[in-house]
Amino acid sequence: MLMNLFKFKGGVKPPTNKTQSVGLPIAVAPLPSRLVVPLHQSIGGTPRPVVQAGDHVLKGQLIGEADGWISSAVHAPTSGTVLEVAMHVQPHPSGLDALCVVIEPDGKDEWIPREPVDYRSLSPEAVRERLQQAGVVGLGGAVFPTHGKLTASRTVPMEELVINGAECEPFITCDDLLMRERAEEVVRGVGIFRDLLQPKKVLIGIEDNKPEAVAAMQAAVKAVGEDFAVIAVPTLYPAGGAKQLIRVLTGKEVPASKRSTDLGVQCFNVATAYTAWRAIAHGEPVVSRLVTVTGNVGEPRNYDVLIGTPMDEVLALANPKADTDGIVMGGPMMGFLVPEATVPVVKATNCLIAHSPALFPPKPVEMPCIRCGSCAQACPHELQPFEMYWFSRAKNFGKTQEYHIFDCIECGCCSFVCPSRIPLVQYFRFAKSEIWAREREKKAADTAKDRFEFKQFREEREKAEKAEKLAKAAAAQAAKKAAEAAAAAATAESGVAAEAAAPEATPAPTVDAAQAAKKAAIEAAMARAKAQREAAQAKNTDNLTPDQQREVAAIEARRTTAGTPDAEKTE
Amino acid sequence: MDILLAIAVMALGAVVLGAALGFASIKFKVEGDPLVEKIEAILPQTQCGQCGYPGCKPYAEAIANGDEINKCPPGGMEGVQRLADLLGREVKPLDAEEKPKAVAIIDENTCIGCTLCIQACPVDAIVGAAKQMHTIISQQCTGCELCLPPCPVECISMEVITETIDTWKWKFPVVEIKAVPATGNDSKQQEAA
Repeated sequence: MLMNLFKFKGGVKPPTNKTQSVGLPIAVAPLPSRLVVPLHQSIGGTPRPVVQAGDHVLKGQLIGEADGWISSAVHAPTSGTVLEVAMHVQPHPSGLDALCVVIEPDGKDEWIPREPVDYRSLSPEAVRERLQQAGVVGLGGAVFPTHGKLTASRTVPMEELVINGAECEPFITCDDLLMRERAEEVVRGVGIFRDLLQPKKVLIGIEDNKPEAVAAMQAAVKAVGEDFAVIAVPTLYPAGGAKQLIRVLTGKEVPASKRSTDLGVQCFNVATAYTAWRAIAHGEPVVSRLVTVTGNVGEPRNYDVLIGTPMDEVLALANPKADTDGIVMGGPMMGFLVPEATVPVVKATNCLIAHSPALFPPKPVEMPCIRCGSCAQACPHELQPFEMYWFSRAKNFGKTQEYHIFDCIECGCCSFVCPSRIPLVQYFRFAKSEIWAREREKKAADTAKDRFEFKQFREEREKAEKAEKLAKAAAAQAAKKAAEAAAAAATAESGVAAEAAAPEATPAPTVDAAQAAKKAAIEAAMARAKAQREAAQAKNTDNLTPDQQREVAAIEARRTTAGTPDAEKTE
Repeated sequence: MDILLAIAVMALGAVVLGAALGFASIKFKVEGDPLVEKIEAILPQTQCGQCGYPGCKPYAEAIANGDEINKCPPGGMEGVQRLADLLGREVKPLDAEEKPKAVAIIDENTCIGCTLCIQACPVDAIVGAAKQMHTIISQQCTGCELCLPPCPVECISMEVITETIDTWKWKFPVVEIKAVPATGNDSKQQEAA
């Protein structure tokens, strides 16, 4: 298909190193010894665990429930027993722990009952809901929950739907193999996205170093009978960046701090379309993904790997060479060295590269910036990395934001071309995370200030209310006293009359009556206080089972031994 | 005659300009002290009173009136630095020890429900009622430690906030200088990314 393509500025051409891992078809990785499934695998809220140690789970069973709209469910990748729900090291540059569900496979790989549906019979809301329940997230690397991107904007008409099969990062070939072998399902998945978003055009962009994938996709589009345009785009890193691919295919440039949807363009990865189709038409949640295993290994290849498989077990399938000293997750441009070889494969893991000093020689020492401007020429976002570098280095974060540091996609082009070998991207990541931390702190400080001010306001108000109440009570008291005095005067008058009748008997009974009234009032007050006390006591202690009573007694005993003055309350 | 006219003109001018200035001072009156607001924005709003003032705003006012800028331990040395930059004063070492950020935790088994900590909390971050167990909303806790002294059973402790994946920060890229072990290769750490 002939079509006018556009260019984005900058970009680099690192050695692609893709041919090693495309020689063999996709292989299904065997069941690992155990699966460590992190609950937080996508952007947004951390899913809540819904299983506990000892539970038996089936393949595809929900183990983490989505928390909020921008959050995605997590499922058991195979059938087996939950060993624990505990903190484990994550495939993250920090090397920190996060909550994971650890499953011991039972070897049967038994699915939950899968219900295929025809999505055309469902409302768009129901389709989005299903995608969220199935844990479908963007598999291009950002792992943004897919259902959150499938609501068409009310104000901007959807012009183009861009499907990203560019896969520009060196070494990675999982999308290439997916398009070669499972093109039809990818195309059907794209059909779901098209039906939900109703764009005018659907453009599938694939870098021209993957002619087999382009051919397979074109054939599949024809076979399914769709009118999607499969377009080979020039190989230039980072053509697979969403904004870059949109630029190449549509000529639209997404402005700073705007989204592509503001211009009527939405972008999905091919693997996301594939998993969406599996989720809707086969009822299979995302429990596995394609992972390219390459680098310093004997047999580089793409594997269909269950989420949660320890990376060292995946790497072992490809015969890593003896001098392998680490695993890089992702490609050489944007990936990172995982903190431990045993960390699990997650939904964002598209590639594992066996690291060796020969393959990735240690970086030469950083030299001073000579202001050559190569980084600015290479930057695909038309930023000025050297300026952002100065300000990040000087920790002048306000200035880095003026130079639009948050538009940086951390593609690594600037570090790649820098003649002084400055790790520019690391400086930008440092600046970004510092800015985020500051914003968090600022927000916390603002809330604290608001709450403090409200507390002061509340205290003032309570004081005023109390003063008002006291004044009212005092007034009532005074009025009562006056009334009593009047009454006393009246009784005194009648008393005078009575006195005339029985001069000796009257004084003692009046005193008695006054005392009795006082006593009665005191008793009434005590009864009220008692009732109030009883009302304040816990009401859930009636109808306890013997077990609960025993437990309560044990707690009471602990309390008494701890010597807390609460014992009298519980007698 | 001329001199009288000149005096009259000058007097008229003075009256007109004076009236204009007077009007402007009422019309464009600045509510509050903008400097105090700027200082307050730098203070961490823990409302802990460690500076000797009952809250961050009173301390901001005191700084504006010439008090020292190094009395806020939760703000840390960075806060002192920013205050010094704002006010053009000299940076001074912090008056007290800088502590890591922490939140208060109530040991719920020991709590007797006396409500004293609730009254002490400056940001209403403690939930509870008389003779009922209390607990702290950790998201709202500023770590001011004001609830520690009133507790009669000492059931409140401070827990340092640990780093999670969500709050983890990329470190400043420096080439670490470390001893190379006799065997094995340790340079892989620097290879990340």
